[in-house]
Amino acid sequence: MSDRIEELLRTGGGDGVGEAVERFLAKAEDGQLLDVAYARAESPFGDLLVAATPRGLVRVGFLHTMDEDAVLDELATRISPRVLRSPARLDDVRRQLDEYFDGRRRRFELRTDRALIHGFARKVLAQTARIPYGSFLTYGEVAAEAGNPRAHRAAGSALARNPIPIVIPCHRVLRSGGVIGNYGGGPEMKARLLALEGAKVAGTS
Amino acid sequence: MTLPPFQALLDDHAEAIHRFLIGLVGPAEAEDCFQETFLAALRSYTRLREGSNLRAWLFTVARSKAMDAHRRSRRAPVPVAEPPEPRRSGNGGHGVEPVDGDLWAAVAALPEKQRAAVVLRFTCDLSHREIGRVLDCSDDAARRSVHEGVKRLREVWA
Repeated sequence: MSDRIEELLRTGGGDGVGEAVERFLAKAEDGQLLDVAYARAESPFGDLLVAATPRGLVRVGFLHTMDEDAVLDELATRISPRVLRSPARLDDVRRQLDEYFDGRRRRFELRTDRALIHGFARKVLAQTARIPYGSFLTYGEVAAEAGNPRAHRAAGSALARNPIPIVIPCHRVLRSGGVIGNYGGGPEMKARLLALEGAKVAGTS
Repeated sequence: MTLPPFQALLDDHAEAIHRFLIGLVGPAEAEDCFQETFLAALRSYTRLREGSNLRAWLFTVARSKAMDAHRRSRRAPVPVAEPPEPRRSGNGGHGVEPVDGDLWAAVAALPEKQRAAVVLRFTCDLSHREIGRVLDCSDDAARRSVHEGVKRLREVWA
């Protein structure tokens, strides 16, 4: 008899948790308890993970080269563990990214949160953000504009760690001679982004 | 150890917490308790001590929200207990088998600690050790609560 009771107890509870979760997410957002909202976005290169704080876009991760959990863990550790999926908060980001990949958008109109960028990298990425669509600079040139012409290596590592690629267009920084160089999404993606923008890159990687 | 993204807690435990609350307070109240549980958890999440057992902690929060709901409904003018709907009967929900809704009514009539222990053990599949953490008692005391709860159910539901 007790087996029957235990079996029935095991089947207790039930469906409907999906809706309950959705309602909770909406309430978390209303209650301003959401420190980091994230969603997936599509790109011709694979899915992206996009994340925003109340201050703005804080992270764009390439899921074809990195693991979603690793990106989320990093956000939890470095910003706040109150990280929740909330596509609505990222609708505008995703729309603008779509337009960009379609060739219909040349500049992003988004607030960014640079909480993941520190020190010299702030200057480097601030200069990088000013490079116009379809043009490019070398690492040395960006280093110079950031105030230290000899720091091209530091500039390179700042760009390699850019937490908001595409929107902060680190793909527009090349090695001297037009060599494509490295990219978080892979060198091929970098070359295709430059081609999408119609950049006249002299050399090939 | 650092705290995982809250979304991971939600993904891993929302369903079990939902089942726990339905077992404790019935489906009508469970919805609100679920919201209150996860909102309270999210609010205090950043103050959590590292190395906490996150699952046991969530169940602890859920239990306290269920007790709040009970207190509220006892004060409410028409405290009609609504048993959960019968589910997963092999014959489509109406027929020869005893309706398991009767069992949930019996569960609802258990003393709070036994009810929580029984639901945690069977509906949510927690170990006695984890149940002890949720109920803030020893493993043995948790085991006894489960045992006594089931014994009581066996007496009234046959």
